[in-house]
Amino acid sequence: MLNRLLFLLPLLIFAVIAGYFTVPILTKKDPHILPSVMIDKPAPPHDLGPLLEGKPGVGPEALRGEVKLVNFFASWCGPCRLEHPILMRLAAETDLPLVGINYKDQRDAALVWLRELGDPFGRIGVDGDGRAAIDWGVYGVPETYVVDAGGHIRYRHVGPLTAQALKETILPMVEHLRAAKG
Amino acid sequence: MIRSIIMALLVAVLTAPAFAVEPGEMLKDPALEARARELSKEIRCLVCQNQSIDDSNAGLAKDLRVILRERLVAGDSDSEIKTFLVERYGDFVLLKPPVKAETLFLWYGPFAIGVLGAIGVAVFLLRRRDGSAVNEAPVPLTDDERKRIDVLLSEQDRKA
Amino acid sequence: MIAEIGHYALVLAFFVAIAQVVVPMYGAARRDAALMGFAAPAASAQFLCISIAFGALMRAYITSDFSVANVAQNSHSLKPLLYKISGVWGNHEGSMVFWVLILALFGFAVAAFGRQLPDTLKARVISIQGLIGLAFLGFILLTSNPFERLDPAPLDGRDLNPLLQDPGLAFHPPMLYIGYVGFSLAFSFAMAALIEGRVDPAWARWVRPWTLAAWTFLTAGITLGSWWAYYELGWGGWWFWDPVENASFMPWLAGTALLHSAIVVEKRDALKAWTILLAIITFSLSLMGTFLVRSGILTSVHAFAVDPERGLFILGILIVAVGGSLTLFAIRAPALKAGGLFVPVSREGGLVLNNLILSVATVTVFIGTLYPLFLDAMTGDKVSVGAPFFNATFVPVMIPLLVLLAIGPLLPWKRGNLRAAVEKLWVSALFTVVVAGGILVLEEGAPLAPVLGFGFAAWVAGGVVTELAERIRLFRIPLGDSIRRLFNLPGAAYGMSLAHIGMAVFICGATGEMNWTRELVATARAGDTLTLGQYELVLEKVERSQGPNYFRDMATLKVSKDGVPYATLHPERRLYPVQQMPTTEAAIRSSISGDLYVAIGEGSDQGGYIVRVWVKPLVPWIWTGAMLMVLGGLFSLSDRRLRIGAPKRSKRPAARPAVTEAGD
Repeated sequence: MLNRLLFLLPLLIFAVIAGYFTVPILTKKDPHILPSVMIDKPAPPHDLGPLLEGKPGVGPEALRGEVKLVNFFASWCGPCRLEHPILMRLAAETDLPLVGINYKDQRDAALVWLRELGDPFGRIGVDGDGRAAIDWGVYGVPETYVVDAGGHIRYRHVGPLTAQALKETILPMVEHLRAAKG
Repeated sequence: MIRSIIMALLVAVLTAPAFAVEPGEMLKDPALEARARELSKEIRCLVCQNQSIDDSNAGLAKDLRVILRERLVAGDSDSEIKTFLVERYGDFVLLKPPVKAETLFLWYGPFAIGVLGAIGVAVFLLRRRDGSAVNEAPVPLTDDERKRIDVLLSEQDRKA
Repeated sequence: MIAEIGHYALVLAFFVAIAQVVVPMYGAARRDAALMGFAAPAASAQFLCISIAFGALMRAYITSDFSVANVAQNSHSLKPLLYKISGVWGNHEGSMVFWVLILALFGFAVAAFGRQLPDTLKARVISIQGLIGLAFLGFILLTSNPFERLDPAPLDGRDLNPLLQDPGLAFHPPMLYIGYVGFSLAFSFAMAALIEGRVDPAWARWVRPWTLAAWTFLTAGITLGSWWAYYELGWGGWWFWDPVENASFMPWLAGTALLHSAIVVEKRDALKAWTILLAIITFSLSLMGTFLVRSGILTSVHAFAVDPERGLFILGILIVAVGGSLTLFAIRAPALKAGGLFVPVSREGGLVLNNLILSVATVTVFIGTLYPLFLDAMTGDKVSVGAPFFNATFVPVMIPLLVLLAIGPLLPWKRGNLRAAVEKLWVSALFTVVVAGGILVLEEGAPLAPVLGFGFAAWVAGGVVTELAERIRLFRIPLGDSIRRLFNLPGAAYGMSLAHIGMAVFICGATGEMNWTRELVATARAGDTLTLGQYELVLEKVERSQGPNYFRDMATLKVSKDGVPYATLHPERRLYPVQQMPTTEAAIRSSISGDLYVAIGEGSDQGGYIVRVWVKPLVPWIWTGAMLMVLGGLFSLSDRRLRIGAPKRSKRPAARPAVTEAGD
């Protein structure tokens, strides 16, 4: 009997391995979630100088006060171009403040880029050497963070924003955070 | 970004050819530089497939190399630097995962399986010795049996 | 038109495979000779159909027929012919066709050379082989059709990834695949034996050469891949513990174990169930190696999301193949009769330990490779498991194997004497002490790693020489007789000695490279001199020119060693415009003591080029060691005992009735 069980063992081990891999794969919904260790931590208090004359940069106090999206972008980044219309629409259709952080970019190129595609941001900070981005835990541009009224990072979206991610995850989260505060 | 990484991985290419550490980044102090090299071999280039920042030419890898060296110069210990990175990027940034609850099986699983296997092999080998699962060592003969053998042997001697 | 013929041939192969699976299996159950006889022609037809399909695809590549989507995506009219050909298996769809081609080739080989096999066993083996083929033909036809057309056809193709345009990588996948697929035969034999309910030495004598052939190709394939990475990726590493590499390394480890346990089945009729299980595991790992790498799942579960259809199909095949075979194992294996007896200290005992260690090594790599996926799937946590982890875990696991490697072959079958064996090794022990002690004294700071590495290499090498000396009774019979014995040794004996000595040579190379590598990174302008150890390098010039499908910057460096002119090296940096991808072509000067490795990078902002120079001691020993293992495999394959094939004709009548009664 014990002997028979021993011969069954390889099958059982395989079943366990296969189960562990199959079930999450079959049920997984959104592959774009990359958990960030920065979630629920205070956003890094960098003082980033303004990109544009007449539009403020991003200081520590700028991240507090209300719920907002912080978007890391660069003119050299292809996917940023892809998500830009979504940001533009967001700026036009909602009252959600958008904070831009210009990542490792040439100032002139960034200016041309914004002039060409439009500027959805309320304030834009310059992160020329990418150090601020590293403190945020940024892998690469574009990345978008939801920051709550207390200045804590609540959510991170890696890669270009999509209408779906916005509708299903980000905007509900913003509503939720606003409600929690009010 | 992630999608493009995945697409890059899909072509099953190991890694893009890279020119990692550049002369400008290197520290003057050879001992410190050597420590920086060793340490960067344990830090993952986050946007690459299984490359350390020491091997990668990705922009982020370069930034991390530079930060790592700055902190070394400032006098940080290796573990302080690792903590600094883990605070921002999680354990994902370490190519050698820390030993903790979630990684116990990773670190000790093979060892445990080795021990179990060794026990199994020991049992198997000892049983294999005489083919019977029950009697592992020969049971000494009883006096009765010994007498019968003596009788049989002496009979045989007589026949011969 | 040709492409449609190829597609049609694949469809035909699919239906032939169905017949190949069903008819012989049914025939074997019914003991119907006519139905069983269907196996061989079916296997041949299968091979023919897939050859036609493969030929059609190859033709599309050679003639740059960009109306075929696969060709347009992976080829380019300017690409050299060799890479047009290797482009066929350089992509997912083509590599699948290549895979089933090899599979069918092995099925055909059983049909052609398996005349002496018992009829039922042969029918069942071919049927199982057909079943594997059926699964993958289905996969190709439903999800990965290589003959899909493009309308309108593009003017030119998108080109093969330039990293893959390299002679080393042109032949790396075929070698690897022949290795992977070769294990399918061990698997089919294992399945057939389970169905028959019988494993005997004759079975092992059939399985072993196929396993050996597969192992030899796999070894060569892995080595080629490693060598390619070394010279092509441009930073001088040769093994990265990358998931893709690990995926090929796991079947190698399991296959090595299988090779050794099959010896015990063959010689002593023992370890049967275990050998069957190893055959299943080895092929399962091969399957995983091929398909999970191709689908990208090994590197990220999210690859499923990119292409769920293929991913699920692969997952399904894996679960059915592995789960099904293990179920059959659980049902049938307990009935296998245990064979010959032996005491723990014996050749058998040594081989059992060898299997234990290799299995634990396989498990270590398996857990390390899949853990990030596993944890991600379970908790969403991300961890990385890279080279530092494997160096810390895999290497210690292998050390007992090296100790054992010298002792095991000196133990006699059935019943050995450990003391006698160890006493024979005194010369070897002395050699080890001298080598390790020498390094301890000569090396500054007496680092542990090289002392251990070279110590173990000396121990293994000493063991191999001792074993050979014992075999030819060196110094115990007249020298002439010993030499005569040496030349009359069976191929398998040479094979073992070569493979084991290859291991020792490999360890030397790996130890030397890992511990003694010296590196110089500098920005140099034309005329600058760089110094590293005994070498002095003068960067003479960097010239821009054009290759067939790339642009290149080629540097000329004059190298002198200890002041004496040594070499002129031409490292290149290439840009492949179609894929917008730069590659480095390192310049390497090899000698027995090591490599001088030079690569150039981009021109820097301040003018001049970044130059990386490495002195990498003993690197050629890595490849030499691996090639000795391959050579060992070939020698062993050449053994008459294997070639003539297992059951001798005279034994056949005796074997027959046993077969008939066993299946009932």
